[in-house]
Amino acid sequence: MTRFNAAELLAVIAARQLRDDTAVFAGVGVPLLAAALAKRRHAPRLTMVIEGGIIGPQIAPGRLPVSTNEMRAAHRATMLPGITDAFLFAQRGFVDVGFMGGAQIDQYGNVNTSVLGPDYWHPKVRLPGTGGANDIASLCREVIIVTPHEKRRFVERVDFVTSPAWLRGDGTRRAAGLLFGGVSRVVTTLGILGFEPDSKRMRIEATHPGVTADVIRQNTGFALLEAAQIETTEPPSDDELEMLRSLDPERRFLG
Amino acid sequence: MGDPDLNPAEYDFIAARRRVEAKPKSAAEKLTSLEEAVGRVKDGDHLSVGGCLFSRTPLALVREVLRQRRRALTLSRNLTCTEGELLMAAGAVSRVVTAWMSIGLPWGVSKILRHYVETGAVALEEWSHLALGLRFRAGAMGVPFLPALTMLGSDLVGVGGLKTIQDPYTGETLAAVPALFPDVALIHVHRADVFGNCQIDGYPHMDADIARAATTVLVTTEEIVPEEETRRYPDRTVIPGLAVDALVHVPFGSFPHECYGLYEADYDHFAEYTAAIDARGPGAVGDYLERYVYGPPAWTDYLDLFGSERLALQAKRAKELTR
Repeated sequence: MTRFNAAELLAVIAARQLRDDTAVFAGVGVPLLAAALAKRRHAPRLTMVIEGGIIGPQIAPGRLPVSTNEMRAAHRATMLPGITDAFLFAQRGFVDVGFMGGAQIDQYGNVNTSVLGPDYWHPKVRLPGTGGANDIASLCREVIIVTPHEKRRFVERVDFVTSPAWLRGDGTRRAAGLLFGGVSRVVTTLGILGFEPDSKRMRIEATHPGVTADVIRQNTGFALLEAAQIETTEPPSDDELEMLRSLDPERRFLG
Repeated sequence: MGDPDLNPAEYDFIAARRRVEAKPKSAAEKLTSLEEAVGRVKDGDHLSVGGCLFSRTPLALVREVLRQRRRALTLSRNLTCTEGELLMAAGAVSRVVTAWMSIGLPWGVSKILRHYVETGAVALEEWSHLALGLRFRAGAMGVPFLPALTMLGSDLVGVGGLKTIQDPYTGETLAAVPALFPDVALIHVHRADVFGNCQIDGYPHMDADIARAATTVLVTTEEIVPEEETRRYPDRTVIPGLAVDALVHVPFGSFPHECYGLYEADYDHFAEYTAAIDARGPGAVGDYLERYVYGPPAWTDYLDLFGSERLALQAKRAKELTR
Protein backbone atom coordinates (compact mmCIF):
# COMPACT_ATOMS: atom_id res chain seq x y z
CA MET A 1 0.00 0.00 0.00
CA THR A 2 1.74 3.17 -1.18
CA ARG A 3 1.00 6.56 0.26
CA PHE A 4 1.37 8.33 -3.06
CA ASN A 5 0.94 7.70 -6.78
CA ALA A 6 3.41 8.12 -9.65
CA ALA A 7 2.36 11.69 -10.50
CA GLU A 8 2.71 12.76 -6.87
CA LEU A 9 6.15 11.16 -6.61
CA LEU A 10 7.27 12.91 -9.82
CA ALA A 11 5.98 16.30 -8.70
CA VAL A 12 7.57 16.11 -5.25
CA ILE A 13 10.98 14.93 -6.47
CA ALA A 14 10.91 17.50 -9.28
CA ALA A 15 10.01 20.31 -6.86
CA ARG A 16 13.08 19.50 -4.76
CA GLN A 17 15.32 20.18 -7.77
CA LEU A 18 14.40 23.89 -7.73
CA ARG A 19 16.40 26.34 -5.66
CA ASP A 20 15.32 29.63 -4.13
CA ASP A 21 16.20 32.92 -5.87
CA THR A 22 15.94 31.42 -9.33
CA ALA A 23 13.58 31.61 -12.31
CA VAL A 24 11.95 28.52 -13.80
CA PHE A 25 10.25 28.06 -17.17
CA ALA A 26 7.47 25.60 -16.35
CA GLY A 27 5.14 23.73 -18.68
CA VAL A 28 1.59 22.88 -17.58
CA GLY A 29 0.80 19.68 -15.75
CA VAL A 30 3.29 18.07 -13.36
CA PRO A 31 6.11 20.59 -14.07
CA LEU A 32 3.88 23.55 -13.10
CA LEU A 33 2.60 21.73 -10.01
CA ALA A 34 6.19 20.98 -9.01
CA ALA A 35 7.21 24.63 -9.43
CA ALA A 36 4.18 25.80 -7.45
CA LEU A 37 5.01 23.31 -4.70
CA ALA A 38 8.65 24.44 -4.55
CA LYS A 39 7.56 28.06 -4.28
CA ARG A 40 5.16 27.31 -1.42
CA ARG A 41 7.56 25.04 0.42
CA HIS A 42 11.25 25.83 0.15
CA ALA A 43 11.72 28.43 -2.59
CA PRO A 44 9.50 31.46 -1.83
CA ARG A 45 11.63 33.71 -4.04
CA LEU A 46 11.32 31.43 -7.07
CA THR A 47 9.81 33.14 -10.14
CA MET A 48 7.71 31.10 -12.55
CA VAL A 49 7.81 32.00 -16.23
CA ILE A 50 5.10 30.47 -18.42
CA GLU A 51 5.40 30.36 -22.18
CA GLY A 52 2.04 32.03 -22.77
CA GLY A 53 3.95 35.25 -22.06
CA ILE A 54 3.48 35.22 -18.29
CA ILE A 55 5.94 36.11 -15.52
CA GLY A 56 5.38 35.58 -11.79
CA PRO A 57 1.86 34.06 -11.67
CA GLN A 58 0.34 32.77 -8.43
CA ILE A 59 -1.55 29.66 -9.42
CA ALA A 60 -4.94 29.45 -7.70
CA PRO A 61 -5.42 26.06 -5.99
CA GLY A 62 -8.22 24.13 -7.70
CA ARG A 63 -8.01 26.29 -10.80
CA LEU A 64 -4.92 24.86 -12.42
CA PRO A 65 -4.39 25.85 -16.05
CA VAL A 66 -4.55 23.15 -18.70
CA SER A 67 -2.68 25.32 -21.20
CA THR A 68 0.09 27.90 -21.00
CA ASN A 69 -2.12 30.60 -22.53
CA GLU A 70 -5.11 31.17 -20.32
CA MET A 71 -6.25 33.25 -17.39
CA ARG A 72 -5.59 30.43 -14.92
CA ALA A 73 -1.91 30.46 -15.95
CA ALA A 74 -1.77 34.26 -15.66
CA HIS A 75 -3.53 34.53 -12.29
CA ARG A 76 -2.02 37.44 -10.31
CA ALA A 77 1.03 37.59 -12.62
CA THR A 78 3.56 40.39 -12.22
CA MET A 79 4.12 40.87 -15.97
CA LEU A 80 2.48 39.77 -19.21
CA PRO A 81 5.20 40.49 -21.79
CA GLY A 82 3.83 38.30 -24.60
CA ILE A 83 5.01 34.94 -25.84
CA THR A 84 7.93 36.02 -28.02
CA ASP A 85 9.32 38.23 -25.28
CA ALA A 86 8.90 35.58 -22.58
CA PHE A 87 11.22 33.35 -24.62
CA LEU A 88 13.57 36.25 -25.29
CA PHE A 89 14.03 36.59 -21.50
CA ALA A 90 15.29 32.99 -21.62
CA GLN A 91 17.53 33.73 -24.63
CA ARG A 92 19.00 36.65 -22.69
CA GLY A 93 19.89 34.30 -19.81
CA PHE A 94 17.26 35.23 -17.23
CA VAL A 95 15.80 31.73 -16.86
CA ASP A 96 17.79 29.31 -14.70
CA VAL A 97 15.80 26.14 -15.15
CA GLY A 98 13.54 24.79 -17.87
CA PHE A 99 11.10 22.18 -16.64
CA MET A 100 9.64 19.96 -19.34
CA GLY A 101 8.09 16.57 -20.11
CA GLY A 102 8.68 14.40 -23.16
CA ALA A 103 7.05 11.70 -25.24
CA GLN A 104 10.26 9.97 -26.30
CA ILE A 105 13.77 10.55 -24.93
CA ASP A 106 17.14 9.13 -25.98
CA GLN A 107 20.45 8.33 -24.27
CA TYR A 108 21.71 11.89 -24.85
CA GLY A 109 18.54 13.47 -23.41
CA ASN A 110 17.12 14.57 -26.77
CA VAL A 111 13.33 14.65 -26.75
CA ASN A 112 10.80 13.89 -29.48
CA THR A 113 7.30 15.33 -29.30
CA SER A 114 6.77 15.66 -33.07
CA VAL A 115 6.38 12.39 -35.00
CA LEU A 116 6.74 8.65 -34.52
CA GLY A 117 8.16 6.85 -37.55
CA PRO A 118 11.08 7.60 -39.84
CA ASP A 119 9.39 10.03 -42.28
CA TYR A 120 8.37 13.44 -40.89
CA TRP A 121 6.00 14.16 -43.78
CA HIS A 122 4.35 10.71 -43.61
CA PRO A 123 4.38 9.98 -39.88
CA LYS A 124 3.13 6.79 -38.31
CA VAL A 125 1.86 8.92 -35.44
CA ARG A 126 1.64 12.69 -35.57
CA LEU A 127 2.20 14.15 -32.08
CA PRO A 128 1.28 17.77 -31.15
CA GLY A 129 4.78 19.17 -31.78
CA THR A 130 7.39 21.27 -30.01
CA GLY A 131 5.35 24.15 -28.66
CA GLY A 132 7.98 25.94 -26.58
CA ALA A 133 9.90 22.78 -25.67
CA ASN A 134 12.58 23.29 -28.32
CA ASP A 135 13.12 26.86 -27.11
CA ILE A 136 13.27 25.84 -23.45
CA ALA A 137 15.79 23.11 -24.33
CA SER A 138 17.86 25.58 -26.35
CA LEU A 139 17.76 28.68 -24.16
CA CYS A 140 17.46 27.95 -20.43
CA ARG A 141 20.63 27.77 -18.33
CA GLU A 142 19.72 24.21 -17.35
CA VAL A 143 16.91 21.84 -18.31
CA ILE A 144 15.27 19.23 -16.10
CA ILE A 145 13.04 16.67 -17.80
CA VAL A 146 10.17 15.23 -15.76
CA THR A 147 8.65 12.04 -17.17
CA PRO A 148 7.15 8.65 -16.30
CA HIS A 149 9.80 5.95 -16.70
CA GLU A 150 8.64 3.55 -19.43
CA LYS A 151 10.73 1.45 -21.80
CA ARG A 152 8.82 2.73 -24.86
CA ARG A 153 9.73 6.32 -23.91
CA PHE A 154 13.44 5.68 -23.23
CA VAL A 155 14.77 4.74 -26.67
CA GLU A 156 18.32 4.52 -28.00
CA ARG A 157 17.59 7.03 -30.77
CA VAL A 158 14.52 9.27 -30.97
CA ASP A 159 12.69 9.24 -34.30
CA PHE A 160 12.99 13.03 -34.46
CA VAL A 161 14.94 15.51 -32.31
CA THR A 162 12.29 18.08 -31.38
CA SER A 163 14.13 19.41 -28.33
CA PRO A 164 17.92 19.16 -28.41
CA ALA A 165 19.84 18.09 -25.33
CA TRP A 166 23.35 16.75 -25.93
CA LEU A 167 22.56 15.72 -29.57
CA ARG A 168 25.11 12.90 -30.16
CA GLY A 169 27.33 13.78 -27.19
CA ASP A 170 31.01 14.80 -27.27
CA GLY A 171 30.54 18.50 -27.99
CA THR A 172 27.95 18.14 -30.76
CA ARG A 173 25.60 20.50 -28.91
CA ARG A 174 28.21 23.27 -28.84
CA ALA A 175 29.15 22.60 -32.48
CA ALA A 176 25.54 23.11 -33.57
CA GLY A 177 25.61 26.63 -32.13
CA LEU A 178 23.83 25.81 -28.87
CA LEU A 179 26.20 27.72 -26.62
CA PHE A 180 24.27 27.52 -23.37
CA GLY A 181 22.35 25.12 -21.19
CA GLY A 182 21.51 21.51 -21.87
CA VAL A 183 19.67 18.81 -19.94
CA SER A 184 21.20 18.25 -16.50
CA ARG A 185 18.77 15.73 -15.02
CA VAL A 186 15.87 13.49 -15.92
CA VAL A 187 13.49 12.98 -13.01
CA THR A 188 11.41 9.85 -13.51
CA THR A 189 9.02 7.64 -11.59
CA LEU A 190 11.93 5.26 -10.87
CA GLY A 191 14.82 7.58 -10.05
CA ILE A 192 16.99 10.47 -11.16
CA LEU A 193 19.21 10.21 -14.22
CA GLY A 194 22.05 12.49 -15.18
CA PHE A 195 24.74 12.60 -17.87
CA GLU A 196 28.35 11.48 -17.86
CA PRO A 197 30.31 14.76 -18.12
CA ASP A 198 32.39 13.91 -21.22
CA SER A 199 30.38 11.50 -23.36
CA LYS A 200 27.06 13.08 -22.26
CA ARG A 201 25.48 9.64 -22.16
CA MET A 202 22.70 9.10 -19.65
CA ARG A 203 23.57 7.55 -16.29
CA ILE A 204 21.74 6.49 -13.14
CA GLU A 205 22.36 8.94 -10.30
CA ALA A 206 19.63 8.06 -7.82
CA THR A 207 16.88 5.49 -7.32
CA HIS A 208 13.61 6.01 -5.52
CA PRO A 209 13.04 3.92 -2.37
CA GLY A 210 12.35 0.28 -3.25
CA VAL A 211 13.71 0.65 -6.78
CA THR A 212 17.02 -0.91 -7.83
CA ALA A 213 19.36 0.15 -10.62
CA ASP A 214 18.41 -3.12 -12.34
CA VAL A 215 14.75 -2.15 -12.40
CA ILE A 216 15.69 1.15 -14.02
CA ARG A 217 17.75 -0.72 -16.62
CA GLN A 218 14.91 -3.11 -17.36
CA ASN A 219 12.65 -0.14 -18.07
CA THR A 220 15.11 1.64 -20.33
CA GLY A 221 15.62 0.88 -24.03
CA PHE A 222 19.38 1.57 -24.06
CA ALA A 223 22.45 0.85 -21.93
CA LEU A 224 22.69 3.22 -18.98
CA LEU A 225 25.93 4.28 -17.31
CA GLU A 226 26.13 4.62 -13.54
CA ALA A 227 27.36 7.45 -11.34
CA ALA A 228 30.25 6.51 -8.98
CA GLN A 229 27.74 6.52 -6.15
CA ILE A 230 24.03 5.92 -6.65
CA GLU A 231 21.95 7.78 -4.07
CA THR A 232 18.53 6.81 -2.77
CA THR A 233 15.94 9.60 -2.80
CA GLU A 234 13.92 10.47 0.28
CA PRO A 235 10.29 9.45 -0.19
CA PRO A 236 7.72 12.28 -0.34
CA SER A 237 6.90 13.49 3.16
CA ASP A 238 3.34 13.87 4.47
CA ASP A 239 3.95 17.57 4.46
CA GLU A 240 4.98 17.68 0.79
CA LEU A 241 2.08 15.47 -0.24
CA GLU A 242 -0.46 17.53 1.66
CA MET A 243 0.76 20.78 0.14
CA LEU A 244 0.86 19.26 -3.36
CA ARG A 245 -2.65 17.79 -3.07
CA SER A 246 -4.04 21.11 -1.91
CA LEU A 247 -2.91 22.63 -5.23
CA ASP A 248 -4.86 20.09 -7.29
CA PRO A 249 -7.96 19.12 -5.29
CA GLU A 250 -9.76 18.15 -8.51
CA ARG A 251 -6.82 15.81 -9.21
CA ARG A 252 -6.68 17.08 -12.77
CA PHE A 253 -2.97 16.28 -13.05
CA LEU A 254 -2.32 14.15 -9.97
CA GLY A 255 -4.60 11.41 -11.30
CA MET B 1 2.76 17.97 -49.35
CA GLY B 2 5.87 18.34 -47.36
CA ASP B 3 8.45 20.63 -48.77
CA PRO B 4 11.59 21.51 -46.83
CA ASP B 5 12.10 24.64 -48.92
CA LEU B 6 10.51 27.87 -47.82
CA ASN B 7 8.03 29.59 -50.08
CA PRO B 8 10.01 32.75 -51.03
CA ALA B 9 6.78 34.78 -50.94
CA GLU B 10 6.74 34.27 -47.16
CA TYR B 11 10.03 36.09 -46.57
CA ASP B 12 10.27 38.42 -49.61
CA PHE B 13 10.55 41.64 -47.62
CA ILE B 14 10.83 43.81 -50.71
CA ALA B 15 7.56 42.59 -52.25
CA ALA B 16 5.91 42.72 -48.81
CA ARG B 17 6.95 46.32 -48.39
CA ARG B 18 5.63 47.22 -51.86
CA ARG B 19 2.26 45.69 -50.96
CA VAL B 20 1.96 47.86 -47.86
CA GLU B 21 3.13 50.93 -49.77
CA ALA B 22 0.43 50.29 -52.37
CA LYS B 23 -2.49 49.92 -49.98
CA PRO B 24 -4.49 52.80 -48.50
CA LYS B 25 -3.40 53.74 -44.97
CA SER B 26 -6.66 55.42 -44.23
CA ALA B 27 -7.84 57.03 -41.01
CA ALA B 28 -11.41 56.46 -42.21
CA GLU B 29 -14.05 54.38 -40.44
CA LYS B 30 -13.45 50.63 -40.86
CA LEU B 31 -16.66 49.19 -39.43
CA THR B 32 -18.29 46.56 -41.58
CA SER B 33 -19.92 43.10 -41.47
CA LEU B 34 -18.22 39.72 -41.09
CA GLU B 35 -19.35 38.77 -44.61
CA GLU B 36 -17.88 41.89 -46.20
CA ALA B 37 -14.65 41.74 -44.16
CA VAL B 38 -13.93 38.09 -44.94
CA GLY B 39 -14.82 38.65 -48.63
CA ARG B 40 -11.21 39.91 -48.89
CA VAL B 41 -9.85 36.38 -48.32
CA LYS B 42 -9.03 34.49 -51.52
CA ASP B 43 -8.50 30.79 -52.18
CA GLY B 44 -4.82 29.94 -51.70
CA ASP B 45 -4.14 32.80 -49.26
CA HIS B 46 -1.84 32.49 -46.26
CA LEU B 47 -3.89 33.35 -43.15
CA SER B 48 -2.22 34.13 -39.84
CA VAL B 49 -4.57 33.79 -36.92
CA GLY B 50 -4.08 35.89 -33.78
CA GLY B 51 -4.46 34.84 -30.16
CA CYS B 52 -2.89 31.57 -29.06
CA LEU B 53 -4.40 28.10 -28.62
CA PHE B 54 -7.84 28.71 -27.03
CA SER B 55 -7.07 32.29 -26.05
CA ARG B 56 -8.50 35.27 -27.99
CA THR B 57 -8.93 33.21 -31.16
CA PRO B 58 -10.82 35.23 -33.82
CA LEU B 59 -13.42 32.48 -34.14
CA ALA B 60 -16.13 34.66 -35.69
CA LEU B 61 -13.73 35.48 -38.54
CA VAL B 62 -12.62 31.85 -38.89
CA ARG B 63 -16.27 30.75 -38.96
CA GLU B 64 -16.98 33.21 -41.77
CA VAL B 65 -13.94 31.93 -43.74
CA LEU B 66 -15.47 28.46 -43.44
CA ARG B 67 -18.95 29.72 -44.42
CA GLN B 68 -17.47 31.32 -47.55
CA ARG B 69 -15.96 27.91 -48.40
CA ARG B 70 -12.42 29.13 -49.09
CA ARG B 71 -9.96 26.46 -50.24
CA ALA B 72 -6.20 25.69 -50.39
CA LEU B 73 -5.43 28.10 -47.55
CA THR B 74 -2.27 28.05 -45.47
CA LEU B 75 -2.88 28.62 -41.76
CA SER B 76 -0.13 29.90 -39.50
CA ARG B 77 -0.61 30.09 -35.76
CA ASN B 78 1.76 29.39 -32.88
CA LEU B 79 -0.44 26.96 -30.99
CA THR B 80 -3.28 25.61 -33.11
CA CYS B 81 -6.53 24.56 -31.47
CA THR B 82 -10.10 23.72 -32.56
CA GLU B 83 -10.08 26.40 -35.26
CA GLY B 84 -7.31 24.44 -37.02
CA GLU B 85 -9.31 21.23 -36.71
CA LEU B 86 -12.39 22.89 -38.25
CA LEU B 87 -10.32 24.31 -41.12
CA MET B 88 -8.75 20.88 -41.74
CA ALA B 89 -12.04 18.97 -41.57
CA ALA B 90 -13.78 21.47 -43.87
CA GLY B 91 -11.06 21.01 -46.48
CA ALA B 92 -10.17 24.69 -46.26
CA VAL B 93 -6.44 24.35 -45.46
CA SER B 94 -3.75 22.38 -47.24
CA ARG B 95 -0.87 23.49 -45.02
CA VAL B 96 -0.57 24.44 -41.37
CA VAL B 97 2.48 26.28 -40.03
CA THR B 98 2.60 25.91 -36.25
CA ALA B 99 4.60 24.95 -33.16
CA TRP B 100 1.93 22.72 -31.62
CA MET B 101 -1.55 21.48 -32.36
CA SER B 102 -4.20 19.89 -30.10
CA ILE B 103 -6.65 21.45 -27.63
CA GLY B 104 -4.85 20.85 -24.35
CA LEU B 105 -3.53 18.14 -22.04
CA PRO B 106 -6.91 16.84 -20.71
CA TRP B 107 -8.16 16.15 -24.23
CA GLY B 108 -5.07 14.28 -25.46
CA VAL B 109 -3.38 14.32 -28.84
CA SER B 110 -5.76 15.72 -31.45
CA LYS B 111 -7.32 12.93 -33.48
CA ILE B 112 -8.09 15.44 -36.22
CA LEU B 113 -4.43 16.47 -36.42
CA ARG B 114 -3.49 12.80 -36.58
CA HIS B 115 -6.07 11.93 -39.24
CA TYR B 116 -5.34 14.75 -41.68
CA VAL B 117 -1.55 14.82 -41.28
CA GLU B 118 -0.96 11.06 -41.17
CA THR B 119 -3.07 10.55 -44.32
CA GLY B 120 -1.13 13.33 -46.06
CA ALA B 121 -4.23 15.49 -46.66
CA VAL B 122 -2.62 18.42 -44.82
CA ALA B 123 1.09 19.24 -44.51
CA LEU B 124 2.15 20.35 -41.03
CA GLU B 125 5.22 22.58 -41.02
CA GLU B 126 6.64 22.86 -37.54
CA TRP B 127 8.65 25.76 -36.09
CA SER B 128 9.53 26.32 -32.46
CA HIS B 129 7.24 28.67 -30.54
CA LEU B 130 9.88 31.41 -30.37
CA ALA B 131 11.01 30.89 -33.96
CA LEU B 132 7.47 31.33 -35.28
CA GLY B 133 7.06 34.36 -33.02
CA LEU B 134 10.27 35.80 -34.50
CA ARG B 135 9.01 35.05 -38.02
CA PHE B 136 6.06 37.35 -37.31
CA ARG B 137 8.32 39.89 -35.62
CA ALA B 138 10.73 39.95 -38.58
CA GLY B 139 7.67 40.48 -40.78
CA ALA B 140 6.50 43.28 -38.50
CA MET B 141 9.96 44.86 -38.76
CA GLY B 142 10.09 44.56 -42.55
CA VAL B 143 13.37 42.60 -42.52
CA PRO B 144 14.01 39.23 -44.20
CA PHE B 145 15.16 37.40 -41.05
CA LEU B 146 16.15 37.75 -37.41
CA PRO B 147 19.12 36.05 -35.74
CA ALA B 148 18.29 33.76 -32.82
CA LEU B 149 19.84 31.07 -30.62
CA THR B 150 16.93 28.65 -30.84
CA MET B 151 16.02 25.64 -33.04
CA LEU B 152 19.72 25.00 -33.76
CA GLY B 153 20.88 21.39 -33.84
CA SER B 154 17.35 19.95 -33.80
CA ASP B 155 15.58 18.11 -36.58
CA LEU B 156 13.13 21.04 -36.82
CA VAL B 157 15.85 22.73 -38.89
CA GLY B 158 15.14 20.38 -41.78
CA VAL B 159 11.34 20.77 -41.70
CA GLY B 160 10.62 24.36 -42.63
CA GLY B 161 13.85 25.23 -44.42
CA LEU B 162 15.52 27.21 -41.59
CA LYS B 163 19.02 28.34 -42.50
CA THR B 164 21.91 29.33 -40.25
CA ILE B 165 24.34 32.20 -40.58
CA GLN B 166 27.71 32.99 -39.12
CA ASP B 167 27.68 36.03 -36.85
CA PRO B 168 29.89 38.60 -38.64
CA TYR B 169 31.16 39.85 -35.26
CA THR B 170 31.88 36.78 -33.10
CA GLY B 171 31.88 34.05 -35.74
CA GLU B 172 29.25 32.00 -33.85
CA THR B 173 26.53 30.02 -35.65
CA LEU B 174 23.08 31.60 -35.41
CA ALA B 175 19.63 30.63 -36.62
CA ALA B 176 18.51 33.03 -39.36
CA VAL B 177 14.78 32.90 -38.66
CA PRO B 178 12.99 33.94 -41.86
CA ALA B 179 10.26 36.59 -41.88
CA LEU B 180 6.69 35.53 -42.44
CA PHE B 181 4.55 38.01 -44.36
CA PRO B 182 1.03 36.52 -44.42
CA ASP B 183 -1.59 37.63 -46.93
CA VAL B 184 -4.25 38.12 -44.29
CA ALA B 185 -4.24 38.54 -40.50
CA LEU B 186 -7.34 37.57 -38.52
CA ILE B 187 -7.34 39.27 -35.11
CA HIS B 188 -9.75 39.56 -32.18
CA VAL B 189 -9.30 42.42 -29.67
CA HIS B 190 -10.99 43.74 -26.55
CA ARG B 191 -11.80 47.21 -27.83
CA ALA B 192 -11.42 49.43 -30.86
CA ASP B 193 -12.78 52.73 -32.05
CA VAL B 194 -14.56 52.85 -35.42
CA PHE B 195 -11.28 53.81 -37.10
CA GLY B 196 -9.72 50.48 -36.12
CA ASN B 197 -7.38 51.64 -33.37
CA CYS B 198 -7.19 48.44 -31.35
CA GLN B 199 -6.48 47.74 -27.68
CA ILE B 200 -5.87 44.35 -26.04
CA ASP B 201 -6.09 43.48 -22.34
CA GLY B 202 -3.96 40.82 -20.65
CA TYR B 203 -1.37 38.80 -22.50
CA PRO B 204 -0.76 40.31 -25.94
CA HIS B 205 0.18 37.06 -27.71
CA MET B 206 1.62 37.93 -31.17
CA ASP B 207 -1.26 39.91 -32.60
CA ALA B 208 0.54 43.23 -32.93
CA ASP B 209 3.40 41.62 -34.87
CA ILE B 210 1.02 39.59 -37.04
CA ALA B 211 -1.01 42.71 -37.91
CA ARG B 212 2.12 44.57 -39.06
CA ALA B 213 3.46 41.60 -40.99
CA ALA B 214 0.27 40.93 -42.96
CA THR B 215 -0.90 42.65 -46.12
CA THR B 216 -4.58 42.69 -45.16
CA VAL B 217 -5.77 42.99 -41.54
CA LEU B 218 -9.27 41.93 -40.48
CA VAL B 219 -10.26 42.63 -36.87
CA THR B 220 -13.20 41.73 -34.66
CA THR B 221 -13.69 43.56 -31.37
CA GLU B 222 -15.63 42.84 -28.20
CA GLU B 223 -16.43 46.51 -27.80
CA ILE B 224 -16.55 49.67 -29.92
CA VAL B 225 -15.37 52.67 -27.92
CA PRO B 226 -15.60 56.40 -28.70
CA GLU B 227 -12.59 57.96 -30.40
CA GLU B 228 -12.13 60.04 -27.24
CA GLU B 229 -11.42 56.81 -25.28
CA THR B 230 -8.56 55.93 -27.68
CA ARG B 231 -7.14 59.43 -27.39
CA ARG B 232 -7.29 59.31 -23.59
CA TYR B 233 -5.27 56.02 -23.44
CA PRO B 234 -3.16 56.02 -26.63
CA ASP B 235 -0.45 53.99 -24.86
CA ARG B 236 -2.88 51.07 -24.78
CA THR B 237 -3.29 50.98 -28.57
CA VAL B 238 -1.34 48.04 -30.04
CA ILE B 239 -2.64 48.06 -33.61
CA PRO B 240 -3.12 51.47 -35.25
CA GLY B 241 -6.18 52.14 -37.39
CA LEU B 242 -3.98 52.86 -40.41
CA ALA B 243 -2.97 49.17 -40.48
CA VAL B 244 -6.55 47.86 -40.26
CA ASP B 245 -8.63 47.08 -43.36
CA ALA B 246 -11.88 45.95 -41.81
CA LEU B 247 -13.36 46.00 -38.31
CA VAL B 248 -16.41 44.12 -37.07
CA HIS B 249 -18.13 44.48 -33.70
CA VAL B 250 -18.53 40.90 -32.38
CA PRO B 251 -19.14 40.43 -28.63
CA PHE B 252 -18.06 36.94 -27.47
CA GLY B 253 -16.16 36.79 -30.78
CA SER B 254 -13.79 34.06 -29.46
CA PHE B 255 -16.30 31.80 -27.76
CA PRO B 256 -15.93 28.94 -26.71
CA HIS B 257 -12.30 30.04 -26.57
CA GLU B 258 -11.42 32.65 -23.92
CA CYS B 259 -10.98 36.41 -23.97
CA TYR B 260 -8.82 37.70 -21.10
CA GLY B 261 -10.89 39.21 -18.30
CA LEU B 262 -14.17 38.84 -20.24
CA TYR B 263 -14.93 35.11 -20.47
CA GLU B 264 -13.13 31.88 -19.66
CA ALA B 265 -12.79 29.05 -22.21
CA ASP B 266 -15.60 26.50 -22.11
CA TYR B 267 -13.78 23.27 -21.13
CA ASP B 268 -17.11 21.40 -21.09
CA HIS B 269 -17.68 22.27 -24.73
CA PHE B 270 -14.20 20.96 -25.62
CA ALA B 271 -15.00 17.75 -23.75
CA GLU B 272 -18.29 17.29 -25.66
CA TYR B 273 -16.55 18.02 -28.96
CA THR B 274 -13.72 15.54 -28.35
CA ALA B 275 -16.13 12.91 -26.95
CA ALA B 276 -18.04 13.00 -30.26
CA ILE B 277 -14.77 12.50 -32.17
CA ASP B 278 -13.74 9.67 -29.83
CA ALA B 279 -17.11 7.99 -30.38
CA ARG B 280 -17.61 8.52 -34.10
CA GLY B 281 -14.20 9.36 -35.56
CA PRO B 282 -13.11 12.42 -37.56
CA GLY B 283 -16.49 12.51 -39.33
CA ALA B 284 -17.98 13.94 -36.12
CA VAL B 285 -16.36 17.27 -37.01
CA GLY B 286 -18.53 17.35 -40.16
CA ASP B 287 -21.63 17.28 -37.96
CA TYR B 288 -20.10 19.97 -35.73
CA LEU B 289 -19.50 22.16 -38.80
CA GLU B 290 -23.14 21.76 -39.85
CA ARG B 291 -24.43 22.59 -36.40
CA TYR B 292 -22.11 25.46 -35.43
CA VAL B 293 -20.73 26.88 -38.69
CA TYR B 294 -22.92 26.33 -41.76
CA GLY B 295 -26.26 26.20 -39.91
CA PRO B 296 -26.63 29.33 -37.78
CA PRO B 297 -26.69 32.35 -40.14
CA ALA B 298 -25.35 35.02 -37.74
CA TRP B 299 -22.80 34.93 -34.90
CA THR B 300 -25.62 35.73 -32.46
CA ASP B 301 -27.49 32.63 -33.70
CA TYR B 302 -24.29 30.65 -33.09
CA LEU B 303 -24.00 32.01 -29.55
CA ASP B 304 -27.63 31.00 -28.90
CA LEU B 305 -26.50 27.37 -29.26
CA PHE B 306 -24.41 27.85 -26.10
CA GLY B 307 -27.11 29.84 -24.31
CA SER B 308 -26.94 33.05 -22.30
CA GLU B 309 -26.51 31.21 -18.99
CA ARG B 310 -23.32 29.53 -20.17
CA LEU B 311 -21.95 32.81 -21.51
CA ALA B 312 -22.74 34.55 -18.21
CA LEU B 313 -21.07 31.77 -16.19
CA GLN B 314 -17.89 31.91 -18.28
CA ALA B 315 -17.87 35.71 -17.89
CA LYS B 316 -18.16 35.37 -14.10
CA ARG B 317 -15.30 32.85 -14.05
CA ALA B 318 -13.07 35.23 -16.01
CA LYS B 319 -13.72 38.05 -13.55
CA GLU B 320 -12.80 35.80 -10.62
CA LEU B 321 -9.44 35.03 -12.22
CA THR B 322 -8.50 38.56 -13.24
CA ARG B 323 -9.96 40.94 -10.66
